[in-house]
Amino acid sequence: MIWKTIKVGFHRLGSAPSFYRFSTVVSPWLWAGFALCSVIGVYYALYVVPPDYQQSDSFRILYVHVPSAWQAMAGYVVMSILAAIALIWRIRLTEIMAMMCAPIGAAFTAICLATGSIWGRPMWGTWWEWDARLTSMLVLLFIYLGIMGLYAAFDDKRKGARVACILVLVGLVNIPIIHFSVEWWTTLHQGKTIRIFGESSMHYSMMPPLIWMTIGVKLMFGAALLDRARNELLTQDRRKGWVRKILSNKGD
Amino acid sequence: MTPTRKKRLVVVGLLVLGVSTATAIALVALNDNIRFSIGPSEIVAGDFPEGRQLRLGGLVAAGSVSRDPGSLAVGFKVTDCIHEVPVTFNGILPDLFREGQGVIAHGLLDETGLFHAHEVLARHDETYMPPEVERAMALAGSGLVCGEPLEDHLATVRGSTR
Repeated sequence: MIWKTIKVGFHRLGSAPSFYRFSTVVSPWLWAGFALCSVIGVYYALYVVPPDYQQSDSFRILYVHVPSAWQAMAGYVVMSILAAIALIWRIRLTEIMAMMCAPIGAAFTAICLATGSIWGRPMWGTWWEWDARLTSMLVLLFIYLGIMGLYAAFDDKRKGARVACILVLVGLVNIPIIHFSVEWWTTLHQGKTIRIFGESSMHYSMMPPLIWMTIGVKLMFGAALLDRARNELLTQDRRKGWVRKILSNKGD
Repeated sequence: MTPTRKKRLVVVGLLVLGVSTATAIALVALNDNIRFSIGPSEIVAGDFPEGRQLRLGGLVAAGSVSRDPGSLAVGFKVTDCIHEVPVTFNGILPDLFREGQGVIAHGLLDETGLFHAHEVLARHDETYMPPEVERAMALAGSGLVCGEPLEDHLATVRGSTR
């Protein structure tokens, strides 16, 4: 019974007009949550958290660098799940959602690389080194850009999405490589600080802004994804009845 | 699930599995080239490509740093707590450079065993803590020293901060 309700709910959400309505209602709340979390996070990161014993105030860039890196990777996992569903069930909305993950993920990857480079210059003494962690992250950026390019190269958007979804699943192999790169090989990048299982090597007084920023970034990803998917849906269906109806209502 | 979807599910599964296997095999084969730096013990054991630029990684040995007062030349030893390799460098060191700090020296090893670095990078560990916690640890004599396993060190750090 419950299963049936969920199933029907998903099928309803899969139709373009109901997704339009759903995302219009939900995304402002996600944006608001992102704004709130990031204001609290930035305030804590800049004014409350003590400086690091080794890196002094430079380490504060971590509060942007680490949440973006996590989101760049988590976004790829979300995109891969959507891509697999899109390839197996051929649901149009999941194809669009998977494709719309790519530019957002690429942006987070770029933020991660840029902040890492700015951080690396004073601490390590270099903007860039070809170690396993840095290189695999750069590869992630190129995979994201490749997916965007492939999708854009097709006039038939559904065909383009299906081809690009295959590339999404091929690129998935890079995610565990990024994650384990600092354990499998010797790298310039240090090992992981935050552990889900076991103790993290970060003093508890430095944790709150990281948690706020991480939640904020996740909400922002969701908000941007809903907005992008809604816009893509409207563009693709611009000649269809439901979009015309919305437009004529707006015009009144 | 309809037979067509089942078939697509299998194809998607095989795609991910195949790509992962191929990448894993390639990475294992390239293992030696992916490591960013080699340690003093590997230098002593001769486990490095000869006559080529190397990245030597380890800690700056305590009491080994000697600076030339008239120039930027600096000499120090890189240690992994088992073996030491002397390094000479003429240039600007990163801010984090000091005794006990993790460093990576990029350069050439000469036949006398002296490492001529043309670039020195600092490595920092993944531990973040406020300075007063670090001072309290230093007072308790629990700074990371050679011979102490990292796990013990981290246990002491946690004990003194909680």
